[in-house]
Amino acid sequence: MKGFEYYAPETLDAAVEILARYGEGAYPVAGGTDLIPKMRYGHVAPQAVVNLKRIPGLNRITSLENGGLHVGALVTLTQLSREALVRERYPVVAHIAGKMASAQVRNLATVGGNLCNAAPSADLAPPLIALDAEALIVGPEGERRVPLEHFFTGPGATVLGPGELLTAVLLPPPQPHTRAMYIKHAHREALDIAIVGVAALVRLAPGTATCQGARIVLGAVAPTPIRAREAEALLEGAPLTEEHIAEAGRLAAQAARPIDDVRGSAWYRRKMVDVLTRRAIAGTRGEGGDLT
Amino acid sequence: MKPTRKYPLTLHVNGETYELEVKPQRTLLEVLRNELELTGTNEGCATGDCGACTVLLDGLPVTACLVLALDAHGRQVTTVEGLATAEELHPLQRAFVERGAIQCGYCTPGLIISAYALLQENPRPDEAAVRLAIAGNLCRCTGYTKVVEAVLAAAEAMYAGRSAPATSTQMADM
Ligand SMILES: Cc1cc2nc3c(=O)[nH]c(=O)nc-3n(C[C@H](O)[C@H](O)[C@H](O)COP(=O)(O)OP(=O)(O)OC[C@H]3O[C@@H](n4cnc5c(N)ncnc54)[C@H](O)[C@@H]3O)c2cc1C
Ligand code: FES
Ligand code: FES
Repeated sequence: MKGFEYYAPETLDAAVEILARYGEGAYPVAGGTDLIPKMRYGHVAPQAVVNLKRIPGLNRITSLENGGLHVGALVTLTQLSREALVRERYPVVAHIAGKMASAQVRNLATVGGNLCNAAPSADLAPPLIALDAEALIVGPEGERRVPLEHFFTGPGATVLGPGELLTAVLLPPPQPHTRAMYIKHAHREALDIAIVGVAALVRLAPGTATCQGARIVLGAVAPTPIRAREAEALLEGAPLTEEHIAEAGRLAAQAARPIDDVRGSAWYRRKMVDVLTRRAIAGTRGEGGDLT
Repeated sequence: MKPTRKYPLTLHVNGETYELEVKPQRTLLEVLRNELELTGTNEGCATGDCGACTVLLDGLPVTACLVLALDAHGRQVTTVEGLATAEELHPLQRAFVERGAIQCGYCTPGLIISAYALLQENPRPDEAAVRLAIAGNLCRCTGYTKVVEAVLAAAEAMYAGRSAPATSTQMADM
């Protein structure tokens, strides 16, 4: 690894000031589980590395007045998987957080790092987008909020400008009669990156099987995580019949823009989007679906 | 490019405090092995995949190859050298030896630390919990069966050896 200037600021203001001063040359480090391998391979060579772990408060999960949740960017995957508030309100998130990587990596890896690294396969992105999460961003100009859906701009790229940090993910209050499921398709259960990831969230009209609202979010099949809007629109207002679910799968596969790589071919990925979308929607009807 | 300067670093390792000066690009693994000569912790992949470099950082198992040494400033590190006493192996180490869970031994320190962290949290794990806890530790020799047996045997021995029975907590695997 190449050398760099190292900073461990103890306030958010100081971190923003350092990052703004170096511009593109500065990289925040949270868990380091994406950044350190990239530096080792020479994919990035920062002029300055800014450790965020000494800034108080960024690693907390707190309940919002509206019943939602504020998840600090420095919350680790281990924390996310075990925190009672997350397990109760958004089990789909707690569940995948506890399955990503390995125990050792989950103790380091953070929510903010997973999102800011912006891998198309990042496992937290599809379920968080399905839940309508927002990114809370702080920078030289102050604070702003961006729907997580619009946070990603390409592989490894986000809306974050020079000097900007992701400080938290805001989750809206869980809605009644709503269930979500995320299916990660990979070669191995542990220590593997998704070939395809599909999150489905379905809100049913009380006492019926009619879908009132849906989110279908796809990971690892486009330059960024994407919503399959045609599939969502088809489900909305419709009864969750086998035919509708099958049609939603087909529409989701059409929305995918996959590539060939070592983990799978574009053809296979598209096919699996269809299969996993159907499974995830069916899963929200009870068979393994997580309440949200 | 100007040579990178060194930064002061305080590390607490296995109960000892070290005052060091290190380059910022050094990982915790490199400092443990090269500066402190604690060579029990091994480097396999250096990218977080194999677990040979597993140590406890503030009590939790982490891959030391992914941690910048300076990020560990002022924090508590436990390596495999911190488990045994001068007289006696740790029950986990003894079980690994007795059950044939060691062949070449390269993965062993990492496996022992992962297993140690598991037993701290869940003194009576079942086989599934053991397999989950060591999923981030690759072994090219043993095929894992004897490793799992050794961890379960050590848990049994440690649990039986306690004066007051500890309450077992379920792992957070769901
Ligand atoms: C063995 C292994 C297995 C893995 N398995 C999985 C897996 O199953 N699923 C998965 O999705 N990922 C996986 N990963 C990738 C990685 O662990 C996750 O993406 C992790 O959440 C990254 O978080 P971090 O805190 O370590 O990020 P870091 O490496 O610290 O940072 C990643 C990037 O984001 C930037 N950054 C970090 N925090 C902020 C912030 N708050 N504001 C602005 N920028 C920031 C950094 O500058 C860097 O560019 C794996 C990695 C390894 C090594
Ligand atoms: S050397 Fe750290 S995980 Fe392989
Ligand atoms: S004993 Fe050789 S790698 Fe595990």
